[in-house]
Amino acid sequence: MVPYLNGYLYVVLFLLLGIALPVGALYLLGPLLRPNKPSAAKLSTYESGIEPVGEAQTRYNVRYYLFALLFVVFDVETLFLVPWAVSFKALGGFGLIEVFIFIFFLFIGLIYAWNKKVLEWK
Amino acid sequence: MWNNVLHWVDQPFTSATYLGMLLGGVLTLAITLGAVTYTIYGERKIIGWMQGRVGPNRVGPFGLMQSIADILKLLIKEDIVPAKADKALFMIAPIITYVPAFAVLAVIPYTFHHYFTARLNIGVLYYIALSSISIIGIVLGGWASNNKYAIIGGLRSAAQMISYEIPLALSMLGVVLLSGSLDITRIIEVQQQNGLWNVFPQILGFIVFLIAATAELARAPFDLPEAESELVSGYFTEYSGFRFAFYMLSEYVYLIAMAGLAAALFLGGWTGPFGLGWGWFWYAIKSFLFIFLMFWLRATMPRARVDQLMGFAWKYLIPLAILNLLISAVEKLYWLKG
Repeated sequence: MVPYLNGYLYVVLFLLLGIALPVGALYLLGPLLRPNKPSAAKLSTYESGIEPVGEAQTRYNVRYYLFALLFVVFDVETLFLVPWAVSFKALGGFGLIEVFIFIFFLFIGLIYAWNKKVLEWK
Repeated sequence: MWNNVLHWVDQPFTSATYLGMLLGGVLTLAITLGAVTYTIYGERKIIGWMQGRVGPNRVGPFGLMQSIADILKLLIKEDIVPAKADKALFMIAPIITYVPAFAVLAVIPYTFHHYFTARLNIGVLYYIALSSISIIGIVLGGWASNNKYAIIGGLRSAAQMISYEIPLALSMLGVVLLSGSLDITRIIEVQQQNGLWNVFPQILGFIVFLIAATAELARAPFDLPEAESELVSGYFTEYSGFRFAFYMLSEYVYLIAMAGLAAALFLGGWTGPFGLGWGWFWYAIKSFLFIFLMFWLRATMPRARVDQLMGFAWKYLIPLAILNLLISAVEKLYWLKG
């Protein structure tokens, strides 16, 4: 009577159903219903009605990359906090002090990034 | 036999168990599609009412068939893949976004019977992990379109969603700490035992959750990825027909899933006032309140600026979410010992 194992099979079923709907609608039912008359104007890239200028897949702002780096740090932090939160009852007050120290060191990093103007968007 | 079909959650694997699961999955899919159809209708009608308009009223009585007509129209529209686009990625990106959107519904417990719900011991973590896969589909769609609006929209989406995912996850952790479990059903049971909805000890966490959820769902006032006045419609500018529909569908499926999650984590899930039954009814009411709040925000708030948006998550929401986590730890030590 372990209720947790059946659930994982159910999740796999949901993934399969999730793939089945788009495949069914886009590749089985869709081609029967929709027209297919491509033309040069139709297949051109949309740019508010004017001729597209240059390429779109070029270099972009480095700030996106900085946010991605910060995200990795804090996402890992969140993951470390998950087991702590689940077993907090067993850890008690000692666990609270330890997590204070852990979060304190992470906040030094956040304040450093803040001071370096990483969080500003210009 | 019939009993085994309904209670597949804690039965050994037999053909009845499999039938129960299949029934649960297909019914969830059907109900979700219906709910999304009428959420879109409801959104247009409610926002119309708030702005002193009528909203859709031509197709069917009170315009009730409007969304169905829209879906049929999308189904018979041509599927255009731009010549300059990266074809394989362009075609697969909406599916990558949609599949996790549907899969997260597997752990939302609408009733205490678990006819439709997988009881996972990592429920909350499962939701967070799967919902972040959708971001990959959005970035790929924007990149593969090879369109300037789409690529900016895709990158903005990615930056916004990863930034707001951290406060969202941290605000959920406060609830996890109080319940001592990641199992969403267990979280509701603890609230039932305490006779106290988590929204009260977690009021700060609930506020952070609401703001972060609005941004994560890319809804107004945080709908910058699709800011139509500057980016046409963001990452799905080049999409048409049913591929476009799958992007819209995943957006609304996430809205419903997030409403279900908010109801479970903060508002006591299926528990009703005065110990009344009808779990699914209370669950629907609570989810609807969350969805209504999202519509209300959209009708009320102007769009945030892109430079305010990212700073807000890192400078205010993340410190507040961590503060809430520490407050929950103190509450757990001295108040809700459970």
